[in-house]
Amino acid sequence: MKNELSARNKVRQQDALERVKNFFEVSLGYSKEEARQESSRCLQCKNSPCVKGCPVQIDIPAFIKLVKENKIEEALSKIKEKNNLPAVCGRVCPQESQCEALCVLNNKKVPINIGALERYAADYGIDRLSVIGYRLSNENRTPKTEHRVKAAVVGSGPAGLTCAADLAKMGYAVTIFESLHLAGGVLVYGIPEFRLPKNIVQREVDYIKSLGVELKTDVLIGRTFTIEELFKEGFKAIFVATGAGLPQFLGIPGENLARVYSANEFLTRVNLMKAYKFPEYATPVSIGSKVAVIGGGNVALDCARIALRLNKEVALVYRRTRNEMPARIEEIENALEEGVSFKLLTQPVRITGDSLGFVNGLECIKMELGQPDESGRRRPVPVEGSNFILDVDTVIAAIGQNPNPLLPKVTSGLKTNKNGTICVGDNFMTAIPGVFAGGDIITGADTVIQAMGAGKKAALAIDKYIKEFSNTKT
Amino acid sequence: MFTIKDKENLNNDTVRITVEAPLIADKARAGQFVVVIVDEKGERIPLTLSNWDRDKKTITLIFQNVGYSTKRLGALAKGDSIAHILGPLGHPTEVKNIGTVVCVGGGVGIAEIYPVSKAFKEQGNRVIGIIGARSKDLLILENEMKQVCDELFITTDDGSYGRKGFVTDVLKELFDMVEKSTHTIYPGLVYAIGPVPMMKAVSDFTKDYAVKTIVSLNPIMVDATGMCASCRCTVAGKTVYGCVDGPDFDGHSVDFDELQKRLKLFKNEERIISQK
Repeated sequence: MKNELSARNKVRQQDALERVKNFFEVSLGYSKEEARQESSRCLQCKNSPCVKGCPVQIDIPAFIKLVKENKIEEALSKIKEKNNLPAVCGRVCPQESQCEALCVLNNKKVPINIGALERYAADYGIDRLSVIGYRLSNENRTPKTEHRVKAAVVGSGPAGLTCAADLAKMGYAVTIFESLHLAGGVLVYGIPEFRLPKNIVQREVDYIKSLGVELKTDVLIGRTFTIEELFKEGFKAIFVATGAGLPQFLGIPGENLARVYSANEFLTRVNLMKAYKFPEYATPVSIGSKVAVIGGGNVALDCARIALRLNKEVALVYRRTRNEMPARIEEIENALEEGVSFKLLTQPVRITGDSLGFVNGLECIKMELGQPDESGRRRPVPVEGSNFILDVDTVIAAIGQNPNPLLPKVTSGLKTNKNGTICVGDNFMTAIPGVFAGGDIITGADTVIQAMGAGKKAALAIDKYIKEFSNTKT
Repeated sequence: MFTIKDKENLNNDTVRITVEAPLIADKARAGQFVVVIVDEKGERIPLTLSNWDRDKKTITLIFQNVGYSTKRLGALAKGDSIAHILGPLGHPTEVKNIGTVVCVGGGVGIAEIYPVSKAFKEQGNRVIGIIGARSKDLLILENEMKQVCDELFITTDDGSYGRKGFVTDVLKELFDMVEKSTHTIYPGLVYAIGPVPMMKAVSDFTKDYAVKTIVSLNPIMVDATGMCASCRCTVAGKTVYGCVDGPDFDGHSVDFDELQKRLKLFKNEERIISQK
């Protein structure tokens, strides 16, 4: 056998021609043997540089060693000491810019595929998750469960789930309030089935429930209950993790035509409401036959790849070049392989419509790269007179999301910054004592794992706050 | 799960259900709505709260059996359960004592004008109700409206009940009377809920008299919490979200034509699913 250090085991995928016809997961994950080989490459560095790249500080060498020894359940327990959502993170974390970026094997350009190993351990153990969950929670829970201190979490996305799980492990009686009918936040409404199957999310949620976390769906904090009422109900601390779900539009003429969607609407219809199974599921999505998706991030690529799977011609319209795209390289390659047509250095200027108010074209202007802007990327500038009409009947704007404004709007005293994020101090506490916030609602749109990192830190801060609070009271 | 405590067919098209929903009943105010998901494969449909009972912990919804999802909802019986209800959503109607308020309801919109009329009445306003339907058998809540209005006018398109014509005909007569009279004044507010063409006609009419007119918009929604922008409308040249900025808006500033076009987005899909 050749030197095992030299090669990185690629993760098998569904063939591109096949997968565009279905919504099944693209990545097939490692087999037992592939996982063993890949884990055997790990050098078990003493100073563990990879861990420093992990926002939730998983003991990566330790879990990889356990995978290598075929102690998969133990490997999963090791991951779960820090990460409550490993099956999610193994799939959607940008490992290439986090843990894997710091792997010493980068010197040889073959970093360990940490994400694939995490996913392997998580999927292997997924049916045993709730068992592990009960064990973990029973180890940590204070015996007098009826006297547990109550904490509320608003929003069940990655930040909320993580914070709830950690607080539950510390012994708090945690209730999560979710406005949608399903838990998971962006994991259920945003990320498509073929990147993150919803039964995987459901099992992660079940695991968190098995820790003793109570989940209340169909409750919109700010309307069904106010923050003030939650305190009256006996919650000692509240963690606001309402995310960045307010869609941005381009501000060009024609954006309110029928068949212009925000990425959020398109994704919510397809992912959360399962419009791809219409009419078995009752929620429709109407997208003509030629779709333009505007944007260059992961959300834009998700929209484009969904539209492909709905059997449409798809153009991705992005004003810079492929090099400046914020999306993960793997997803860009997947999209190209599947047949998304990239219209780069192209900026939409107007959406045209027919007499019934439906989209019938997207007027664009060609761009060229000028001087670098504040983000360090070369600023695209329009090429005068290069306007042309892209022949499309559906437009999806995937150019970013702002923090959800609803709760700050109806909660006096909850201070926000100019960009709509909630103001917090170093300890994640907002301007209202006892109310904490974390995730996209304080940072603006970011990754799943960053939100989870915030959820973990906030859980520690909440624990400290509650202990200090009860000390001053007695 | 939310249990249906009572169900009544108000006519061939229209159903009234009373549902146990303690949290929503506790918070509900006039002008607000809920999102209903009939079953796990259902879509999220916004329905305006027609009534609520804080003691009995129930809410009342009235809807027309016209679309696939409302038909499914209408097929449920007393004792059955609805999978999900979220609410109350949207800003409550701003209800103050302003003198005289004209409350205009068309079709199933009467179910929505009722709590608003009641709230204005409770604030000590003189409430003039104008309700209209295509024909007598489609007219709903006449008795309920009588109880909360100082005067109630009824119109039917075909003349089978009340006066023949549209709600705007009565509104026009009321305004004509004020114009000719020396001792009456124009109402302080006109509030209109109903089909888009009706709300547009009312708003167009009152605009010439500069009488403040509020309409409750009914755009297509998904999450109804400000996240999907499906419900975006143009008001005073700016894009607003029906779900979180509304549902009440200044009728003189609403782009009704755009709203009407956007409401037709899923016409084709509605046909497909209805044939399922």
